[in-house]
Amino acid sequence: MTPKSGDRFSDKMMVETTTARQRISRGFDMKKILTSLALLALVLAGTAAATTGAIAQEEAHNEAAPTHFPIHEPKEMDWSFAGPFGTYDKAQLQRGLKVYKEVCAACHSMKLVAFRTLEDLGYSEAQVKALAAEYTINDGPNDAGDMFDRPGIPSDYFPAPFPNDQAAAAANGGAAPPDMSLLAKARGVERGFPRFVFDIFTQYAQGGPDYIHSLLTGYDEQPPAGMEIPEGTHYNPYFIAGVSLKMPNPLSDDQVTYDDGAPQTVDQYSRDVSAFLMWAAEPHLEARKKTGFRVLVFLLLFGALVYLTKRKVWAGVAH
Amino acid sequence: MSEGHSTYTPKTGIGRWFDARMPLPRLVYDSFVAYPVPRNLNYAYTFGGILALMLAAQMLTGIVLAMHYAADSTLAFDSVEKIMRDVNSGWLLRYMHSNGASFFFVAVYIHIFRGLYYGSYKAPRELLWILGCIIYLLMMATGFMGYVLPWGQMSFWGATVITGFFSAIPLVGDWIQQLLLGGYAVDNPTLNRFFSLHYLLPFMIAGVVVLHIWALHVVGQSNPTGIEVKSKTDTVAFTPYATIKDAFGMLVFLFIFAYFVFYLPNFLGHPDNYVVADPLKTPAHIVPEWYFLPFYAILRAITFNIGPINSKLGGVLAMFGSIAMLFLVPWLDTSKVRSAVYRPWYKLFFWLFVIDAVLLGWLGSQPAEGSYVFMAQMATLFYFAFFLVALPVLGLIETPRRLPNSITEAVLEKNKHGGGGHPAHAAAAPETKG
Repeated sequence: MTPKSGDRFSDKMMVETTTARQRISRGFDMKKILTSLALLALVLAGTAAATTGAIAQEEAHNEAAPTHFPIHEPKEMDWSFAGPFGTYDKAQLQRGLKVYKEVCAACHSMKLVAFRTLEDLGYSEAQVKALAAEYTINDGPNDAGDMFDRPGIPSDYFPAPFPNDQAAAAANGGAAPPDMSLLAKARGVERGFPRFVFDIFTQYAQGGPDYIHSLLTGYDEQPPAGMEIPEGTHYNPYFIAGVSLKMPNPLSDDQVTYDDGAPQTVDQYSRDVSAFLMWAAEPHLEARKKTGFRVLVFLLLFGALVYLTKRKVWAGVAH
Repeated sequence: MSEGHSTYTPKTGIGRWFDARMPLPRLVYDSFVAYPVPRNLNYAYTFGGILALMLAAQMLTGIVLAMHYAADSTLAFDSVEKIMRDVNSGWLLRYMHSNGASFFFVAVYIHIFRGLYYGSYKAPRELLWILGCIIYLLMMATGFMGYVLPWGQMSFWGATVITGFFSAIPLVGDWIQQLLLGGYAVDNPTLNRFFSLHYLLPFMIAGVVVLHIWALHVVGQSNPTGIEVKSKTDTVAFTPYATIKDAFGMLVFLFIFAYFVFYLPNFLGHPDNYVVADPLKTPAHIVPEWYFLPFYAILRAITFNIGPINSKLGGVLAMFGSIAMLFLVPWLDTSKVRSAVYRPWYKLFFWLFVIDAVLLGWLGSQPAEGSYVFMAQMATLFYFAFFLVALPVLGLIETPRRLPNSITEAVLEKNKHGGGGHPAHAAAAPETKG
């Protein structure tokens, strides 16, 4: 950055221009190479667009033997917790918990969720205590060195329906039903270009609950003619990893009794349990969005002030 | 600046006492207050400051997270969930840290592309550039090891795939791989050493950052014209001019960062990483974090053997080679003119290179099958051609636009043509130079 080096730089520049001129004839071939390189790049971008279309077409042709899963993309539902001001619908979460307890919990554990956190669903401390006490927890060893059973307390976690993964797998045709604590964040169908770009602006982050809801309501659909469904599995075009899955249709109308008058349909059960699982996976979602709004407003105001200051500071300086 | 005479005069008795014994305040004053910066720096030049901020934020959140994290393969996943559920503001710390890594890379990529565009690597800034490349390498290692710590499916299988690269190296490959893993497969020893290194490397980054800034303060900042500072009118004082501009740049960056942390915290992650690592269950598509995708695409593009080099080793060589290219840039570029502003052909190739890098990133996220492979091969070819053909050849055959005589001249010229005017106008009307 010394003045000297700068001068040297421009001197070299002058010399270089003359030599560059002499080189022009030789450089002509290189220019051709470079032009073709540039063309290559453009062609590349073109094929990129074309191939994606071609691949999509290939798949459409092969209905009976699809290679890409899920066969149908999840349906996008309206969720109360979507968007910048989203909150959980407590009545819905309570219904979802009921569906989990009466249906899902027979096979699926939810071992990261503690009873005490159920107060988030609008239950009182006494209600949570009573709810926890419905469960039997194996505890110990006691002073005599023995394991013992006791009723659950709020600091306990939902007990698993099977003693271990092997037992779960053995009882369910060889595949252990996944733990449900994080299911709503652990599932998501790839959105693909350009949708994932739009998702930034629409704040689409409901891929998990959309997937669970679609899967639970997707058992009614019939496989296309000629498709082979492996024995012991059930066709579901929304399943992310194949044409069918081991889990049979778990829900039917009127299976769970709602006491708040909500419709007792498979669709409603699916919505409610998906929302509940979103809460189970992300219990601090409301606090996150609320804090986020304050942070963004602060950054906006502070940013505006700093910008005005910056303009003032630079006002007299051409740049 | 090194040759600048310090203008620091301590005002208080304590200040004078300190200055005579250890002139730290003088160093800070000379480096961050009086330090002259070119007056024409645009917002692309604020990313150095943004990166320093992100490094500090990552270290602070990381230190607190480490207080709650358990580096044991049976506990790691649940301990992260404990942070998310039970630690006060744990979800915030963890989302800031995981998204912070992504935004650290967003910033570093803009910083690197800015350097490529304005020729910031050219003499006398080669060492400054190479120190930056070393920081980038350390960042990649840190980011990769950090992604393993939550011990989800992608953590585990990403680690398996990436450490597998090393086994392709002849003779010592297996030994290096076993050293990295602490065994024959990714397991508890891997997690333990990755955690240790993930904690160590950021401090090494901070050390190289000090060298990077030191080198910067010796040679001075480059600027959009690529012309060296020649007189005092070419520069302004770091404070308040650069400080306030950097502050505004940081706030805009933080706004976007916060948008992701609070509204889309899992957008840049993979759902599979919310499934605990299972060595018996391979995910359908193993993809690394988004910031490694271009290199992943290059790795998988080599599907053919080249003489004695099999496709696996070829892929690894291509991948490491693609990073090595960055180190060679100061010597690959033969142009006497620094800035792409005055190099019409280079400017075109620069933007094609940006498109190519983004395309490679997208290809890296797609399965390596069908026409994706051919596209990745072509994109890889262009990647290397940019460095090995375009950079050296363009400098020899390109006729650059006329350069202004000084930064001040360029600035006045630009302002005369209506503020936001393109510097190219300067070349179009050389007789009106101010």
